[in-house]
Amino acid sequence: MKKQDVLDTSNLDEQKLAELDHRIESIEGNVEEALIDILHQAQNLFGYLPYNLQRYVAKKLGLPSAKVNGVVTFYSLFSERPRGKYTVSVCMGTACFVKGADKVLNRILGLTGTEKNVMSEDGLFTVQDVRCIGACGLAPVVTINDKVYGNVKPSDVDDIIRRYKKGDEYAD
Amino acid sequence: MRIDTREKLSEIKTANSGHKKKVSLYVCTGTSCLSMSSDLLLERFEILIDEKNLDADVEVVRTGCLRFCGQGPLVIIEPEGTTYTQISLSDVDEIVEKHLIEDTRVERLYYEDPKLQKKVPLADEMDFYKKQKRIALRNCGLINPWRIEDYIAQDGYRALADVLENYTPEDVCNTIEKSGLRGRGGGGFPTGKKWFFTLREESDEKYIICNADEGDPGAFMDRSLIEGDPHALIEAMAIGGYATGATQGYIYIRAEYEVSIEPLRAALSAARSYGLLGSGLFQSGFDFDIEIKIGAGAFVCGEETALIHSMHGWRGEPRTKPPFPSQQGFRGRPSTVNNVETFVNVPQIILNGAEWFSSIGTEGSSGTKVFALAGSVRNVGLVEVPMGTTFRDIVHVIGGGAPEGKAIKAVQIGGPSGGVITEEHFDTPIDYYSLNDIGAMMGSGGMIVMDEDSDMVDISKFYLDFTQEESCGKCPPCRVGTKRMYEILDRLLAMEGTPEDLERLRTLGHNIQTASLCGLGQSAPNPVMSTMQAFPEEYEAYAYRTKRTAYEIDLSLCIGCTKCKRVCPVDCIEGELRGAHVIDPESCIACGACHEVCPKDAIIEP
Ligand SMILES: Cc1cc2nc3c(=O)[nH]c(=O)nc-3n(C[C@H](O)[C@H](O)[C@H](O)COP(=O)(O)O)c2cc1C
Ligand code: SF4
Ligand code: SF4
Ligand code: SF4
Ligand code: FES
Repeated sequence: MKKQDVLDTSNLDEQKLAELDHRIESIEGNVEEALIDILHQAQNLFGYLPYNLQRYVAKKLGLPSAKVNGVVTFYSLFSERPRGKYTVSVCMGTACFVKGADKVLNRILGLTGTEKNVMSEDGLFTVQDVRCIGACGLAPVVTINDKVYGNVKPSDVDDIIRRYKKGDEYAD
Repeated sequence: MRIDTREKLSEIKTANSGHKKKVSLYVCTGTSCLSMSSDLLLERFEILIDEKNLDADVEVVRTGCLRFCGQGPLVIIEPEGTTYTQISLSDVDEIVEKHLIEDTRVERLYYEDPKLQKKVPLADEMDFYKKQKRIALRNCGLINPWRIEDYIAQDGYRALADVLENYTPEDVCNTIEKSGLRGRGGGGFPTGKKWFFTLREESDEKYIICNADEGDPGAFMDRSLIEGDPHALIEAMAIGGYATGATQGYIYIRAEYEVSIEPLRAALSAARSYGLLGSGLFQSGFDFDIEIKIGAGAFVCGEETALIHSMHGWRGEPRTKPPFPSQQGFRGRPSTVNNVETFVNVPQIILNGAEWFSSIGTEGSSGTKVFALAGSVRNVGLVEVPMGTTFRDIVHVIGGGAPEGKAIKAVQIGGPSGGVITEEHFDTPIDYYSLNDIGAMMGSGGMIVMDEDSDMVDISKFYLDFTQEESCGKCPPCRVGTKRMYEILDRLLAMEGTPEDLERLRTLGHNIQTASLCGLGQSAPNPVMSTMQAFPEEYEAYAYRTKRTAYEIDLSLCIGCTKCKRVCPVDCIEGELRGAHVIDPESCIACGACHEVCPKDAIIEP
């Protein structure tokens, strides 16, 4: 066997792997149809889907790893890279866009020193744009993990990001 | 208890009908209001009502979207319908004290009509609500979506009982066909016809699938329907299952709609526990259940064949049709795919008859359509109107026009597959034929209002950015073509384009429209083509580089030193010390003074 074919999962948390195993074992019916769901669960557990985790899932489900990787790369919600502690999502729905969401996004990228979908160096932020979240009444909208900020102007962003950097994100 | 007879259904209906208490207080927990923490308001109301011993007279109802999202968080108090808008936590105490205890009104929380400059206390008297007609959104905002009994009290599940007792599958398909219901997911295909196709297929197994992918990035109708009235969808799918011969249903919903999935799951298990899903519904031989399938972020999965591939656990790439899903769908079996809004009309058609439904709307376009109205408009929210309503009525009467009295220059419908409707067509009745006549299409219901300040080239670039990112990559005209169009728009906006670029855009657009496999590619050029036709001068201003230009600040670089703001001769830069600075492009005279003083080179020359 060639060296790169050995599946090394030593960098993955064992407890989480056991949890994932458990979920995989409880699949009823066709495993292939359950793939997207399992990948969601794996990403929830590990935060992202590194390649060895994808191969692990493939092995457990008895699917080719190329097929699993094909699915991971197709869908935008799956991430092959680690994510920051805070996921900052700027809504780029049409309503938010016409109200200047692109400027808000730009400002956030500047303040966190990142590019879209790349974790900031301090490990705090991953900034992404998302499609309409259904809160067009509040455009432009930014969410940070579960918290929603409505009617955000570029000049509001500084304050918000500063709070998260200090760690007191809930101070309003 | 198992509800397996009409009698039992009526019993539950009677026990839960009417206002249970003297006063009902409806708190909106639709997405938009919830984002403004309306759940905390709800909690506070409950605590206070308990503390002040008002619970004998007052019930608090947790509802789905009350539709007037731009004024949220909203509370409506029945019986008289007093509507309080933009409520914050501190207002709750005052509402309880004044409205519920002293029986006076908190007038400062009334909606103020911006045109009349007058406060309007009742929802029924607001222009926003007056012109609407509700079939799909019938229960949304009026019932607690978490309580199946509330749905039953509104005649819920009676249509299913009727169908199982008195209709053959052909009868159901016939009724739906006669009603004139057409698909609301964008294609507009007659629903009854589609159901007949699946019914006539021979197979050991068939499926019925609800498309809740809602891909248009400016739309929130389907999610509001699901959150506000999930049982209507469940009942409709059971009826559709019976009509087409399917015993298993699937709801394919986008993963981004986590909030909507919760009430849907709860509704499914409530229906199961009453025996309204499961085996032998209403003592008939008909078994039916529904499973939820969650997507993973791909717009193209809204296309029905891609959606089915995604349900198989594959990459969501479309394939050519035929075979249609009704012939070869999920697991290769005949499957019916319908949109959420299409479905929720069904129980109403069964209860009130095909003639009733076809009498609403216009010839060939029966019923209503729900739009998500947003953008540069005063009243942002969900709007359901009879087919045939004009754009003018929606935008100017229901929507209240653009804020600050700005002129409205266009309305965008159909999202990334659609185009703009300009002022000259604002009196067009919105129905399938009239829209076709003016070269437009219904779309799924996103409606974005654009005012005089909107830059059409910029907006086209926004849509192209969306489609080129979402193209599945299977066919080159779509994959490469949309990228090229995007690059041209980018170049034009940077004032680096040429007049030849306009011709290139047209040619590319035409090629992509004709050579792409699925609807995504075929319609991707629409936003550009339609704005080029309606606003050629805007494109020319960029192509011939005659556009009056402004300096712009790159917000990822600005450190907020205020230097630029202090030198600007026309005072058109805004910003606070150490905060983002922004130039107002309308007022900038392009003198360049700011550019010279910026220490971070953050100011971009036009
Ligand atoms: C690129 C693309 C995206 C689509 N997205 C959706 C969608 O989000 N929701 C939907 O109901 N239909 C969508 N459709 C239309 C579906 O393919 C299908 O026609 C529809 O679900 C049928 O249901 P209806 O007849 O009830 O409208 C999309 C089509 C295309 C080509
Ligand atoms: S037209 Fe575009 S989205 Fe549709 S199949 Fe072809 S490449 Fe994929
Ligand atoms: S270019 Fe001149 S007018 Fe425009 S923002 Fe800068 S200083 Fe003001
Ligand atoms: S001079 Fe430059 S850094 Fe300073 S506020 Fe203006 S744009 Fe920002
Ligand atoms: S979400 Fe409350 S009115 Fe729409």
